[in-house]
Amino acid sequence: MSEEVKEKEPLFSLKNRKLLSVPLNRENPITIQVLGICSALAVTAKLEPAVVMAISVTFVTGVGNLVISLLRKSIAPRIRIIVQLTVIATLVIMVDQFLKAYAYDVSKQLSVFVGLIITNCIIMGRFEAFGMANKPWPSFLDGIGNGLGYGMILIIVSFFRELFGSGTLWGYPIFEKIGLYNIGYENNGMMILPPMALILVGIIIWVQRSKYRDLIEDN
Amino acid sequence: MFSNRYIFIYSSVMVIIVAVVLSLTAILLQPRQEKNLTIAKIQGILAALNVTATPEDAEELYAQYVSTELAVDQDGQVVSIYQDGTLEKGDIRPFMIDLKKALYSKKMKEPFVVPLYIAENKGDTFYIVPMRGTGLWGPVYGNIAFTSNFNEIAGAFFTHDKETPGLGAEISTSEFSSQFIGKKIFNDAGDFVSVKVVKGGIAMMAPDQRIHGVDAISGGTITSNAVSAMLKNCLENYLVYIHNNIKQ
Repeated sequence: MSEEVKEKEPLFSLKNRKLLSVPLNRENPITIQVLGICSALAVTAKLEPAVVMAISVTFVTGVGNLVISLLRKSIAPRIRIIVQLTVIATLVIMVDQFLKAYAYDVSKQLSVFVGLIITNCIIMGRFEAFGMANKPWPSFLDGIGNGLGYGMILIIVSFFRELFGSGTLWGYPIFEKIGLYNIGYENNGMMILPPMALILVGIIIWVQRSKYRDLIEDN
Repeated sequence: MFSNRYIFIYSSVMVIIVAVVLSLTAILLQPRQEKNLTIAKIQGILAALNVTATPEDAEELYAQYVSTELAVDQDGQVVSIYQDGTLEKGDIRPFMIDLKKALYSKKMKEPFVVPLYIAENKGDTFYIVPMRGTGLWGPVYGNIAFTSNFNEIAGAFFTHDKETPGLGAEISTSEFSSQFIGKKIFNDAGDFVSVKVVKGGIAMMAPDQRIHGVDAISGGTITSNAVSAMLKNCLENYLVYIHNNIKQ
């Protein structure tokens, strides 16, 4: 009953804004929590699928976290993982169906990875760590924030991989237009292979931790 | 705190709600999805002719370019003809033939019919062969256009459902498909040799064989092999027809 006494919190209070911004940097799901790495390697060869993947994951984490938070008092702890998985699977199938109906080209490009959002550990991580214990609105913001934090890394990685691996950006042949091939430049084939994504994520982690030294773990 | 009874009821209700929501989504979106598939099929056929179609003008362009659709059976006999919007022979429009089922019947050594499209572009006649094969994660598809005597490939188009973006999925780029233009599926003696997708590039082949090969995709070996296998498996169905009707 003590909740009733508290004054109503504004929708975008400092605390709520932090829910959105902290996952972008200090609690980034990829670079700090090292979750969702597999899809980060797989869909980042080109910018366009990375952006659509980022939007899809953000939708699933946001709405999923909201649904879980609304249900949190009714979910029996013994079956909570099953309930969480069902919510994720439902949302992912809906995203897949919508993409097939309204963004057919992109759905073809993303192909297998839309279905694999189900196995993205960030989503279940947020449901377990946040949605199960917090009110709907903060949970929704937390989901969106984490989706964006994931998406941001995807977009940075795919930017470099597409630019140096294929010489294009969003399919536009940028290196060809500025005549880089005429002076003997060649695309780096290594860039389009998955290991390069891991190296790029590693570089991002390195840059981030040299800027914020307190993030470096003791070992 | 939560009884077993509660858990069972909760799970059942949840599953029913999810089933209803998903069924509704699927039913409501199905007409649009099927239309997308038909348009993608038409765009694929036109792309083999090097005609770029948008979803809006695809059906119109198809009617303009593709004059005749044939259905050819395993013995090279034409069993259906669909010409200028009417079915002149047979009982199924060749465009509606399910290639997956046809190729499965072939594998089971049962009778089958496969479609063949005849198109006119700038006064020349082209034959377009639709293809389907098995990629790494799911099916790969393609259409390949031949000049009127089946001597040379005039254009090719490939697509897929689930190949890895940036790797196997690159078969759908024009960089890959344009390599097929000018290649030959028959050798000088007139035997069928298909076109191979060669790992390491056609530079690995003997110089006189290079007319029957294209470069594979780095990092997409299984998809590249699937394209090779698809070409052979689908083109060989038309050999009797070609022998009887075109190269006598």
